[in-house]
Amino acid sequence: MIEVNELTKRYGARTAVDRLSFTVRPGRVTGFLGPNGAGKTTTLRMLLGLDRPTSGSATVSGVPFRDHPRGLRHAGALLDAGQVHGGRSATAHLSALARSNGIPARRVDEVLQEVGLTGAAARRAGGFSLGMKQRLGIATALLGDPPVLMFDEPVNGMDPEGVLWMRGLFRRLAAEGRTVFLSSHLMSEMQNTADDLVVIGRGRLIAAESVREFAARSTRPGTVVGTSRAAELGALLAGAGASVEPQGPADTRRLVVTGLAADRIGALALAHGIVLDELTPRTASLEEAFMELTADSVEYPTGRTR
Amino acid sequence: MTRTAPAHAHAPAHAPSVASATSAAGPPARFGDLLAAEWIKMRSLRSTWWTIALTALFVIGCATVASLADHGGTSGFLPFDAFTPGAYMTLMLVSGSVGAVTIVSEHGSGLIRTTMVAVPARHAVVLAKAVVLAAVWTTVGTVISLAAFLASQAVLDGRHAGVPLTHPGVARALVASALLAPACALVGLGLGALIRHTPGSVAATLFTLVMLPPLFSTSRQWSADVNHVMVVSAWKRLVQNWGDLPDINRVHDATVPGSWAVYAVWPLVAVALAVVVVRRRDV
Repeated sequence: MIEVNELTKRYGARTAVDRLSFTVRPGRVTGFLGPNGAGKTTTLRMLLGLDRPTSGSATVSGVPFRDHPRGLRHAGALLDAGQVHGGRSATAHLSALARSNGIPARRVDEVLQEVGLTGAAARRAGGFSLGMKQRLGIATALLGDPPVLMFDEPVNGMDPEGVLWMRGLFRRLAAEGRTVFLSSHLMSEMQNTADDLVVIGRGRLIAAESVREFAARSTRPGTVVGTSRAAELGALLAGAGASVEPQGPADTRRLVVTGLAADRIGALALAHGIVLDELTPRTASLEEAFMELTADSVEYPTGRTR
Repeated sequence: MTRTAPAHAHAPAHAPSVASATSAAGPPARFGDLLAAEWIKMRSLRSTWWTIALTALFVIGCATVASLADHGGTSGFLPFDAFTPGAYMTLMLVSGSVGAVTIVSEHGSGLIRTTMVAVPARHAVVLAKAVVLAAVWTTVGTVISLAAFLASQAVLDGRHAGVPLTHPGVARALVASALLAPACALVGLGLGALIRHTPGSVAATLFTLVMLPPLFSTSRQWSADVNHVMVVSAWKRLVQNWGDLPDINRVHDATVPGSWAVYAVWPLVAVALAVVVVRRRDV
């Protein structure tokens, strides 16, 4: 369980995180989304006790992280793939971390196997590819078998096989009852992985809800209708209780119809002898929802809570 | 959204290594574990061993060469040959830089964040680094000063000019020389924690330890007082058991207890500074 309450971080005049509040539940994969510079990494750092909040609180399992003398059994984190000394082997890196937390040495071999780095364990980490460094970072996060896991942009630099593996890992960690919190600026990645979303823009909360709710709420599903007699059809549809908007200022032939199902639109057009050249039910995409919402936050940055 | 999956309900059977989302009990936080971890970090870098080996060879080599040079010249009482200032200043440079790099390299690579997520009690990390640095460099300093002394005396014995380890004043010079490296390493650690930038902290360490002291001449009282609180001056005073060092034009002499105090105060202040800044700052 991760709880963030009225969390604020200011650097001089710049406010990186602005009265942010949300909860991340165990047993689910939660995506943490926002455009670059939205304050995702700063929030994760405050959660992990690396940065001190200007005000507000951030707790992991109910406790500010810095209150723990040792951290790896409480939370695992991948913050940046580069966070390893290039001259040290993967085994030495993990052994030192394990030892600092009183974790048995065999756990090092286990997590190396888990992330598929057993073959490269003795090699110096400086020679690792970005994908291998990400895997090593994930091994570090798993080392203490923690109930809470945070990953900052985990799929960066991963090949498709690695991305698939990682999705499976996140799903499994959540299924084991852990809290899994992933940051990303790629909405499409979340569509495939996350159950819940926390979306921020300019340091403020935009949305905190399930992926399905988010997609449904933000872009209303509708039907795109194309015809040469758009004005006439639009009036008919409006008369039938639908709400009708032109798709764009330049495209008067296409209408976006909401509040009336596609088959009813088709039937209505047929009854009046209007030829349709397009009838496309539009499903909400997370990507669109995300773009709309973050664009909103730039214009008038008011946070909506759940 | 309010539905929470029951723990372990869907844990697949093929996942033995991530067994369960256990409550975070674990063993108690032991400082000894942090010492062991820092020791693993230090010994797992090849550069540690290269640096130590080359420095040892250089200091011992300097003592040998200085003794050989005197060996051909006038005979007499030559224990200074074992305590070549240039060689020991090099040892100061190396140990100070290594001390700085011990913490700065973690900032440079971002490893410091991994370390501090693993050990949120940051002061304990700094103290563990300090203890391991001090232990390693005390060992290295002891081996180097003893070996340099014995090599020098072995050469001088050929002229019947050698002195044994038990000769008066030798023990103090050896102890001062052995402790020079750990003192400098800890000063480097403190400056590294403060500056957090590799070239900057190495330069500051070198400046503080080696470049700064000669700026304060020993010919005036106030200036000599400043000079005498420098680590290198303390070392020179502590190995100066047999009359004035030939290359120092001193009017006002440092005291021996004062010089030991300098040896103690610099590392203590440096480590205290490191603990304070590391606890207070964001990383």
